[in-house]
Amino acid sequence: MSNKTPFFNDVKDNLFKYLVIGCSLLVVVLFSLIFILLVQRSLPALSENGINTLIGSVWDVNNLVFGALPAIMGTLVSALLATAIAVPISLGIAIFFTEYAPDRARFALSVFIDLLAAIPSVIYGIWGLWIISPLIKNYVQQPIVDYIGFIPLFAGPAYGLSIFLASIILTIMVIPIISSITIELLSSTPSPLKEGMVSLGATRWETVRNVGIPFAKLGIFSGVILGLGRALGETMAVTMVIGNSYLWPFSTVSIFAPATTITSKIAGELYEASNPVHVGSLIELALILLIITLIVNFASRAILRRISRRQFR
Amino acid sequence: MPLLSRRMKDKMVKYVCLLLSAIAIVPLFWIISTVVINGISILSWEFLTSLPAPYGEVGGGIGNAIYGTLIINALASLWGIPVGVMTGIYLAEYDKDSRLGNVVRSIVESLAGVPSIVFGVFAYSLIVLTMRHYTAIAGAFALGLMMIPLVAKASEESMKVVSNDLREAAIALGIPKWLRTIKVVLSIAKGGVLTGSLLAFARISGETAPLLFTALFSFYWPYSIDQPMATLQVLIYNYAVSGFGNWVLKAWGASLILVMIVVSINIAVRYLTKKKYSGCE
Amino acid sequence: MIMPYKLEIDGLSAWFDQKQVLKKISMKIPDKSVIALIGPSGCGKSTLIRCLNRMHELIPGARVEGRVLLDNVDIYDQKVDAMEVRRKIGMVFQKPNPFPNMSIVDNVVAGLKLSGKKNKKDLMSIAEYRLKSVGLWDEVKDELKKSGASISGGQQQRLCIARALAMEPDIILMDEPTSALDPASTAKLEELVQKLKSEITVMIITHNVGQAARVSDYTAFIYLGELIEFGETKQIFESPKNPLTERYITGRFG
Repeated sequence: MSNKTPFFNDVKDNLFKYLVIGCSLLVVVLFSLIFILLVQRSLPALSENGINTLIGSVWDVNNLVFGALPAIMGTLVSALLATAIAVPISLGIAIFFTEYAPDRARFALSVFIDLLAAIPSVIYGIWGLWIISPLIKNYVQQPIVDYIGFIPLFAGPAYGLSIFLASIILTIMVIPIISSITIELLSSTPSPLKEGMVSLGATRWETVRNVGIPFAKLGIFSGVILGLGRALGETMAVTMVIGNSYLWPFSTVSIFAPATTITSKIAGELYEASNPVHVGSLIELALILLIITLIVNFASRAILRRISRRQFR
Repeated sequence: MPLLSRRMKDKMVKYVCLLLSAIAIVPLFWIISTVVINGISILSWEFLTSLPAPYGEVGGGIGNAIYGTLIINALASLWGIPVGVMTGIYLAEYDKDSRLGNVVRSIVESLAGVPSIVFGVFAYSLIVLTMRHYTAIAGAFALGLMMIPLVAKASEESMKVVSNDLREAAIALGIPKWLRTIKVVLSIAKGGVLTGSLLAFARISGETAPLLFTALFSFYWPYSIDQPMATLQVLIYNYAVSGFGNWVLKAWGASLILVMIVVSINIAVRYLTKKKYSGCE
Repeated sequence: MIMPYKLEIDGLSAWFDQKQVLKKISMKIPDKSVIALIGPSGCGKSTLIRCLNRMHELIPGARVEGRVLLDNVDIYDQKVDAMEVRRKIGMVFQKPNPFPNMSIVDNVVAGLKLSGKKNKKDLMSIAEYRLKSVGLWDEVKDELKKSGASISGGQQQRLCIARALAMEPDIILMDEPTSALDPASTAKLEELVQKLKSEITVMIITHNVGQAARVSDYTAFIYLGELIEFGETKQIFESPKNPLTERYITGRFG
């Protein structure tokens, strides 16, 4: 042991303690700074535009009109659609993984899910833009337009880059999140309950359906919300495949039309924006997105807390 | 319901779920094979080590982007990982249940859910607008900030599972808290901290949005971190949307490099934590 | 008159991977009686009954050899569906496991609903009948909609028995059903077991030698995976043939 006096050890102890607390406080400060700074920089837009940013549907840089409603709707619709499609697929993956897959398949599946999650979004973007977009346009959108294009939702022309394509890409990106959470939850169904079902002569599906899923319901829901949060905040993949246009939804409701999201708007315009109101509007959009995703995240965590409290009963 | 049809329903569910799993996995193979097939044709030593040619011209490479990615990632890790680990230590070893501790934990979790573009806008407002020019420092700042919640959570978790007996043994030996934390707890938890940091590193390697208005892009070798810098991610984005055939091809080449980096880190992490899905209940 | 055997266990052996836990067990079990399985702690007895309802084979690495004849049909025969076996041979576990996401009534009829019975009135009357037969009806009739897990441990265990009985099995297997219960609930359960034997065969694992003596008609002593002795309870306890049996019963080991 060192022959330093207790005083020196105390000093080192305190230094370390302050270092550790300091770093944590730094994180807190930076987080708060995000809000403060975003609010401050969006003030020019707030004062000029007011509520118009949220409800206006015209974005005209030259005349300083910044209505972001189409972008907000693009964000919400694409994220909700993607999450909705991802849920049954993720559920299927999780049920296969926990109930039916042999060991080797489980290992492979978990590797694949991890890799799907690890692929950078800009790669999803370039793949969506150059490979999927023409395929979707010619083999999915065009035939649909030809057959049921009289329904406004599926009206032509078939743009490859569209809110439809963005939702599909987002679905793929959200699946790993929801499925890995669901797999964890289903795997932790208490075995006495599963045994109870089996002893009554239940099939694997019947066991999952009557005991596994009800038990995991809340957790799955929080996982879904987490996936939704991811979809809301996704930037690059969406920017590269959504077409970046205000056509949707006010000029046409067709899902085959190009659209915009909050993230694609910021990504596309912030670099070139010079007018403080323009910059301010974009930063205001970032603020709105931040608030939405924080609420979504908070909801997910609140649900998880309720679950763990319930299990202590 | 007769037994046979219950069995059949079970089988049907099995095949439907298998089908859904296959559907989800197909994009993975599709993306990787596309990246490999398209990117490999342009790979060459020249491609990897030379500067980009100006728009419209063929030739040149992505050398500066590779270099830039490494530099910015290193800078980001330089501040992101230590702060993350320290925060993790705080959450695991100090003030675990205090109000401040809960606030910090809550904020770290919230930070994990913040969209990457918001980090970019934050760094833009904080650094770029203040300094009035685009700089790689702002990019590294944003990316480092993104690493913090990942590293902090991984560190906290791997330290929490260190058995309390070991801490008490150290206390009984008269070892002061700071030394205890570092030499006892941290050294046992270092596996988890390492994998958490690696995963965070892989994550930011792919993040593009925070760099779009901070480090921007450049056609030159990085000569100062206080200037715009090229990165693989931004190169892929710029070149892919340019529409110019040769540039799109280069974007595929850069994608291949990026995917190789990210996938190898992930495989390395999986190898290091072999217990993940052991396949038993 | 020779009574036909309900269940005949013939040379049953079981393994967990390479470890053999049951060694060629053979027993002939008559209908409508209570059989106690006694013996020191270890996986032998639990494994044995899990081989009888084909739950042992669900464990990765588990293996079974030998025959188990229920009404002269080998439950391990290729053509026999394991699920069918489990409907005919019910099980109650050591720790009560009612389904917490289902009401008391739904718990009782859980197995029936799987079989496709939908008529609510029928299900309700079956539930009432079964709850009455386990002595639970009066205690819970005002709270039938409450979760199956909201009642006391002893009540939960009786609920699990009602659930198993609702399937109208030929045999019911009980794995130390009273080890997690208080003395009052234990007594109630032992009474119930005595009542049940007029309808079905009950095999009950117990660590409590006294319980075996009280409750059963036949007793099997299992030690280290082997059947040491099997016979009428009276005979086993008054004049055990095997010295090991005698030592266990008198408490000198285990």
